[in-house]
Amino acid sequence: MMQSSVSTKREMSFSHLREEATTAVAHGAEPKIKIRNLDFFYGSFQGLKHIDLDIQEGMVTAFIGPSGCGKSTLLRTLNRMYDLYPGQRATGEILLNGKNVLSPDQDVNALRAKVGMVFQKPTPFPMSIYENIAFGVRLYENLSRADMDNRVEWALRKAALWDEVKGKLNQSGLSLSGGQQQRLCIARGVAVKPEVLLLDEPTSALDPISTAKVEELVHELKSEYTIAIVTHNMQQAARVSDYTAYMYLGELVEFGLTDEIFIKPKRKETEDYITGRFG
Amino acid sequence: MSDTTALYRKRVRTNRIALMCSLLAMLIGMSFLAWIMIVLLYKGFGALSLSLFTQSTPAPGSDGGLFNAILGSLMMVGVSTFIATPIGILAGVYLSEFGRKGWLAPTTRFINDILLSAPSIVIGVFIYAVYVAQVQHFSGWAGSLALALIAIPVVVRTTENMLNLVPGSLREAASALGAPRWKVVLHVVLRSARAGVLTGILLAIARVSGETAPLLFTALNNQFTSYDLNGPMANLPVVIFQFAMSPYENWNSLAWGGAILITFGVLCLNIVVRTMFRKKI
Repeated sequence: MMQSSVSTKREMSFSHLREEATTAVAHGAEPKIKIRNLDFFYGSFQGLKHIDLDIQEGMVTAFIGPSGCGKSTLLRTLNRMYDLYPGQRATGEILLNGKNVLSPDQDVNALRAKVGMVFQKPTPFPMSIYENIAFGVRLYENLSRADMDNRVEWALRKAALWDEVKGKLNQSGLSLSGGQQQRLCIARGVAVKPEVLLLDEPTSALDPISTAKVEELVHELKSEYTIAIVTHNMQQAARVSDYTAYMYLGELVEFGLTDEIFIKPKRKETEDYITGRFG
Repeated sequence: MSDTTALYRKRVRTNRIALMCSLLAMLIGMSFLAWIMIVLLYKGFGALSLSLFTQSTPAPGSDGGLFNAILGSLMMVGVSTFIATPIGILAGVYLSEFGRKGWLAPTTRFINDILLSAPSIVIGVFIYAVYVAQVQHFSGWAGSLALALIAIPVVVRTTENMLNLVPGSLREAASALGAPRWKVVLHVVLRSARAGVLTGILLAIARVSGETAPLLFTALNNQFTSYDLNGPMANLPVVIFQFAMSPYENWNSLAWGGAILITFGVLCLNIVVRTMFRKKI
């Protein structure tokens, strides 16, 4: 009884929301990623339940919610990261540029070339700073030494790291500080020129100054990339994102413009979470 | 309050006892190691001379060295390392990176563990039966093969263990860039674990350098200098075995010299590789 009233309420808020989302994008552009009826399973445990969501091109979409709510899982379906692990599977549709990336004939490596990812913990490869960036670029392009130098510099500038490392490109990526390592990972992701960038709690291991730098970066990058970010930090979601999705127990509870979600959320649960009464 | 202090005192006492026990255990282990080293140096130091490295094993009573045995050992250990390294690393990579599902990897791991603890004399007899007995003569190749069979499981085990220590996040990060599986393994995973993998190879070399039993049945011995892996070959462990058992004083002293060579050779190899790979990128 309770259950059904909740779900009808959600249905209502969704139809409501869809109208708003279309009005929010004035030029009526097709969303970059359309998620339709997505279910995700860890073995027999269902991690995501019937997710419907649009990610707009050139915008930052934030996923918030308590631990275990499925926000990282959702992010990891977008580049099919879960493919690495037997027993994990997704059903439904994720349309990137109108093409379903969940279909079995999708080449995952080609998908990951278009959808880059930065993880919670910095993961520099055990090679020099230069090679860390060149590694990804070499997968797709055969650049001359000079062009590669330019690309490395371009990516490091994009990640606001160039000035700090330009004199020591041959040093190990592991010799950098945590914040620098994370920006190196962002540079590595940007260097292959993806269309979408997924950030999975990119600042949770960083100090406030590095966090501010990464956030600034997100701001600058969104003019060229579509960004989806998972964060535990509500202020961060409010600061960096255009759209926010609040998730709970594998379900999408509320989705809309960040300003609206944070100022006047439509659902009680969202408000409780955002104001800190829950979670 | 008095309860907590009593509890605290008990904790301090337990800590002290545990510390003493582990210190004692360490001292016992170390003293035997030191004892071996001291006896080795004391008995063998007199045998160390230039002729040890330049002359071949002598007849009883006359002068000579261990050149043929050193050469034979180096050649056979070298060939066996050359065979065992690629096979061992590839098998270790399979077990750690590709054999996550299915029955093949667990079975391989089980058999590898049996091989790891198989008595080396069994390996010697095995090579004798399938190779030496077929070609009707002892040879350096047979010795190398026997040593390789002993080295492979060591390399497989350490390679797998070291690759398992590489955090999964690193594999994910490389895959997230769209790198195919083999590139992830070769450029990222193996690279992060290379110091450990190298240590495994080194352990295998150290283990194999001192093996006597498998060589008795395969390479046998040769009192002359021979570069031919197709014939019987001298080698340090068998020469030490033979000379140490003999009643001749000059042979005994050469055996001590050989023992020093093996021990310190392996020690030096360890130190060199460890310092080389201390600074990891």
